[in-house]
Formats: sequence, C-alpha cells, structure tokens
Amino acid sequence: MSGLFITDEQIAHARTLAHDITNPIFDTIAKNTTVSVERTVLRWFGVDGVGNMGAPLVNLMVDRLKAAGVLNKGAAYWYGRALRMGATSPLDAVERLTAAPLETLKPLSTEDEAKLRVEVRAEAQAMVQELKDRVARRNALKNEFPMAPAPHKYLIVATGNIFDDVDQARAAAQAGADVIAVIRSTAQSLLDYVPHGATTEGYGGTYATQENFRIMREALDDESKRLKRYVELTNYSSGLCMSEIAFCAAWERLDMLLNDAMYGILFRDINMRRTFIDQYFSRRICAEAGIIINTGEDNYITTADAYDAAHTVIASQFINETFAHRAGLKDWQLGLGHSYEIDPYKPETLLLELSQAMLVRRCFPNAPLKYMPPTKHKETDIFFSHAYDVMADLVAIWTRQGIQLLGMMTEAMHTPLLADRYVALKSASYLHRAARGIDEEFTVREDGKIANRARFVFGKAIELLEECRQDGMVAAIGRGRFGDVKREETGGKGLDGVVEKAKDYFNPFLDIMEGR
Amino acid sequence: MTTSTKEKQLIRAYGDRRDDGIIQLSFTLPVTASEKAKEAAKLYCQKLGLTDVKVAAIERAAEHYTFFVVYARSGVVLDYNEIDTPEIVIKKKSYDELNAFIEEEIARRVVVFGACTGTDTHTVGIDAILNMKGFSGDYGLERYPWFEAFNLGSQVPNAELIRRAKEKNADAILVSQVVTQRDVHKENSRAFIDEAKKQGVHGKMTLLLGGPRVDHKLALELGFDAGFGPGTKPSDVANFIVHQVLQRMGKEAQGANYEGAPT
Repeated sequence: MSGLFITDEQIAHARTLAHDITNPIFDTIAKNTTVSVERTVLRWFGVDGVGNMGAPLVNLMVDRLKAAGVLNKGAAYWYGRALRMGATSPLDAVERLTAAPLETLKPLSTEDEAKLRVEVRAEAQAMVQELKDRVARRNALKNEFPMAPAPHKYLIVATGNIFDDVDQARAAAQAGADVIAVIRSTAQSLLDYVPHGATTEGYGGTYATQENFRIMREALDDESKRLKRYVELTNYSSGLCMSEIAFCAAWERLDMLLNDAMYGILFRDINMRRTFIDQYFSRRICAEAGIIINTGEDNYITTADAYDAAHTVIASQFINETFAHRAGLKDWQLGLGHSYEIDPYKPETLLLELSQAMLVRRCFPNAPLKYMPPTKHKETDIFFSHAYDVMADLVAIWTRQGIQLLGMMTEAMHTPLLADRYVALKSASYLHRAARGIDEEFTVREDGKIANRARFVFGKAIELLEECRQDGMVAAIGRGRFGDVKREETGGKGLDGVVEKAKDYFNPFLDIMEGR
Repeated sequence: MTTSTKEKQLIRAYGDRRDDGIIQLSFTLPVTASEKAKEAAKLYCQKLGLTDVKVAAIERAAEHYTFFVVYARSGVVLDYNEIDTPEIVIKKKSYDELNAFIEEEIARRVVVFGACTGTDTHTVGIDAILNMKGFSGDYGLERYPWFEAFNLGSQVPNAELIRRAKEKNADAILVSQVVTQRDVHKENSRAFIDEAKKQGVHGKMTLLLGGPRVDHKLALELGFDAGFGPGTKPSDVANFIVHQVLQRMGKEAQGANYEGAPT
C-alpha cells in the first residue's frame, strides 16, 4: 500500500471545494460559444478542405458568420439553412453560405425552423454514430491485441516530417513503447486554425493535422498487428483549436490527448474564457470517443519550484478532475499529470518524490495518472541523466502510474536520438520488471518523512482550494497561484473568438453529448 | 600574454592511463543487429581514425536499427596552449556588494529587458535569470533593488522587445533562445541584431544572448555583446551588465573586469 496519509473525508472535502470553485465557470461555458467550437461542429458535419488561399473552409465559413453577426445562432443552424437553400454537400453549403447575404436573410417560418432543426439533428446523430463506429473499430483492435501492463511507456517523436515520424514511431514501438506522442510544431497552439493535409516541415515538432493523425494511426495499427500488442497514439488538444483537434483526433481514432483546463491560460497566454469554453467541448468529444486525457500539472513545477509548489499540482488536479467529470469523462480517462522534478541536489529527493506520487495515487485511486520524467534539472551529462531517469522509473512502478513518459538522457541537448529511446525503454522495462509489486511489500510508516510531507502538501493544497473558492478561480490565477504565472480574465489571446449564444442557439452535437 | 612565449602542453584523451587516448562512443546504424552489423560498427570507427576498436555492446534498438557502445583509442594530440577561447571572466561581487556598488557608481537603477523572442515558448532560461526567485539559490534580477527588470515572456517579436526596451531607456536586453532545431535560434538571433541596428540600439545597449546551446563565442559571432550558456547564474549576468554600464559611462576601461575579449 502506498500509505493512507490522509482521511477519505479530507479527500472528499477537496472534491467539494473543487466543485464549488468550477461551478461559476460553467455559467460562462453554458452562455457562450467560440469560433473554434463552431468550426468543430462544421468539421463534424464533414466540412473539410481548404479554400484557394489555403485557409480551412471551416474558418472561412465561421469568419463569415461572425462578421455578419449571426454566429450566435450556431454554425449548425446556418449549415441547415444552406441545406434548405439546396446545398448538396458540405462543401456546397460553405459556398452558398459565404456567398449569401446573411445580414438580410429573412427568418424562416416557425414550422420550417422546427423542421430544419429536426433534419440537422438527425444528420448530427448519424455523424455521432459514425464516430462511435470508428471508436468501436479501435476498441476491437485493442481487444484483439491487448496492451502490456501499466505503466504504459510513453515516447515522443518530433521530426517535423510526418513520414520520418512514422519511421521513428515504428522503431520506438518495436523497442517496447506502448504510447507514441507526436510533438506539435512550436507555437501551433497559437494558430487559430488547424493546418491541413500531410506536413513535412515543422519546428521542434510536427503539425497536428487530421491527415497526419490518420497517417500515424494507420502505421501504428499495422505495427500493433505485427507486434501483437496495441500501440496507442496521442497528440495535443490544447491552444486555440482545442476542440477541433479533439474532433480530428477522435475521428482518426487517437487514444489519448493532452487536454488541460488551464494549461493554455497559464503557459500560452490564451484567454481564460476562451479556454474554459473550448476545453469543455473538447472534453465532451473525448468522453464520447473514449479518449484518455492527459492534464498538464507537471508544467507548474517547471516554472515554479517543484518542492515549494507541490501543493499547486494537487489542487489543480482536483480542479481538472471536476472539469473533466462535468464534461462526461470517467475516472479511467483521467491521466492527471504530475512529475519527478525536485532539484536532485537537495537531500531526500527520492523520499519527497515518492511522497508526492503516493499522495496523487491516494487522491485519485482510479485514474491512470500521467507521470513525467525530470526535465527542469536535466543535465547535459547523459550518464548522470540516465541514473536520474531511472529513479523516476522506480517511483512510477511503486505508485502504479498508468502512463509514464520516459526521460531521455540527451534531452537537455536535442530531441531524443533513436538510441536514447531504446536505452530509456530498456531501463524502464528493467525497473518495471524488477520492482513490480513493491508497493505491496513495503508499508510506508504513517509517522515518517514520506507521510508527513504528504500531509503537509495536502494541507497546503486545501488552503489553496479554499482561497480559490473564497476569491474565485479568476482571482487565484490573477495572483499567480498556479505555476507562478499571472493572467487576467480579459487578457490573453483569443477573447475576440468568444461569442455569446443567442436564445435559439443550435448545436445538436452538444445536445446529443449532453444527453438532451 | 602572447602564444609565442607559451610552452607546449600536449594532451590526449585519458582513459585509465595518461595518454592512452581511450574514448567511449555510442551510435546507431540503420541495419539489423548481426555479426555483420558489428563488423560495420568496427569499420566505421576505424574510418573515424580510431584504433584498438572494441565493440562493447551491440543491441537491437528496433528491427532495422542497431545501437553500439564502443571503446577505442585515438592517436590525436592537441597543444592545449594553442587554444584561444573568449571567456567571460568577471570578478564577481556578491548580491549585497553589487547593489551597493550600483548605488555608489551608477547612482540609478539598471534597467534590463528580457524575453524569449521569435517562436520560442520556453521561458525556463529567461525566468531563471530575471524572475525574483532566480536559479539554484542565486536571486534573479527582479530581486535586486538596484535593478529594474522586465521579463516579457515568450514568443515576443524582436522588434517589440527592442521597442519596449527603448521606451524605458534600458541598459541591457536579454534574448533567450531555447529551441534550436534547424538552427532556428541562430536565425532568430541574427534577425534580432538586424532589428537592433535598424532601431539604433546596437552598440548602445548591452545585448546579451542566452540559452542551452549558446556560448560566448557564438554570441559574439552573431553580433551580441556576450553569450551565456547552461549553468549561468543570475549574478553572473548582473555583474556583467553592471560593468558594461560603467564602461559605457566611461567610468571603467573596456575589459577591466573581463579577459579574453573577442579579437
């Protein structure tokens, strides 16, 4: 056992606080939509492709609706109007709508209006069913070729060229990786559109596009069959196109997505309201598609100090959990993030890291959890770096982490070499093999350093949650309580993409996913 | 000191005896692990000019990739005294001493702007130098009462950083570049210097470059006044800037506090 450290009542109290904190934000989410949410709706109806200037059609259409001041009725409504004008395909619908004088278009009769909604909802229902069929195919493959036991070893590829990524991903899978992540091109999170097609140029990563997702998933399906072991694929549903990426990923049967309720606000300076609204819709899609989300609390302790800010990770995990539950995600889908990041030159860091990982496990017993390796204090001495990573492997198996990112000994210098992945996998497999069950052999003393540290951190997390409930999330973020980063409610990028819903706002996908 | 008076200091890699020339290396070849692959690794090392090649490990990294760990000897000899590397060597003052020194010698706060410019989103370096907390127990510039530090964060356009610095009459600008794929850091740093020239601050403000793949030599080549690599502490940067300010004020001779100035 990891140790109890705290009572069930204390944990329940933390959950109540998190629920109270996020409650007011759900008002904002219910009352507003965003350009990105509306583009997602159109994508789901099958609007794909780019216009002659290279802009995605969904952007052209939503921008047109927004400029005409009618986006507040929902893109689905206008899609229905285009069908009524005689559009024969999604593409045709876009053309008709961008050409139509939307500002002066007369309202339909009540009867036609109702008819339109019934028709469009039926089409949405069919598209939701198609998504579910795709997910069922994924699940069938997973059942046929079960994954290795957790912790699932998660490796990153990031060449910038999707075809090179495929080679690297196959090599990583053959060496034992359970999950492949394709890192996105630097700054894609700040693009207010999803690039289109297969891409071969990227900086520090590869663009997340629907076609790139399809190419990589197809390669990994093939590799899973060859290895007789399902290999998962993950990408990043974050930034200004959170929900669009979630849709593209769900459609192409990705298994996991980085998806955090606050990451964009804190680390990419994306507007708060925009992020909260987008994260909700994206999480609804993840819930529907059986995607495991990975949250980004590990990032807090790369900007703030891992020892001093340990409690912010716990507090944020409770908040992320509430947001996720309220978007329909189940515990098995919550890869709550944390990491092995305390300065290794301090004493007793193995005890401190164990304490933190055990505390997270104690608070979220049914979540897979996502465990990150050291990065902040990573050194260019690859030999020490390797020893350092191995300690994270030990903590991961000891505390039964579901998803473990493997540390790369050369990551302080460049993106991982092929050999880095191999050596990291070899030693992680060794630790997982060697220490499996160690948690059942050792009982952590309730009066020791590990337990006391866990109680101290949990106590500070409760204090922070109480402050957030008292003053509100917005104020707490404004004070830099999470990750030492301060943000204002109306600051950051993307606020102009938030649109207040009209009374007759129409989004059949949201209705279906919310069970209406 | 001139090189002609220097004695030669011949060095070779040291494994377990002086001058044995032993080095260890690891690499991957895109072939399937086999005896032939092992021979290929050996030949590869011999072509690198190595002798006594011992392939210590041959591992199947993936179906068509093999990872090797090799020990071998190199006959290469260097004269250590021939090497000339510009290095920032500062007679460092402590936190309190430096604050007192600024108060007395400069008599106003030293203004510093910093950011990750271009597409770079990784603020870990600039944060370590500028933010209150600092790095490794060494306070950041924001903490110094006699510094006025502005950290603009990530993805700041070069022109914007320079414009903001000009508005406040800054003494120094710190540019942090973490992402280095395809040498994007060099490209962006060059663009920064071009912009600095355009806005007329080059040669007036102290321009510093920092990052994990940055060294002093590279920074000088790119047109900065200095470069700071991994392990740099805020106090290193603070001391350097203060002396630069004094030099610009004409209160201190160039190089008074640092040797090995660029040639």
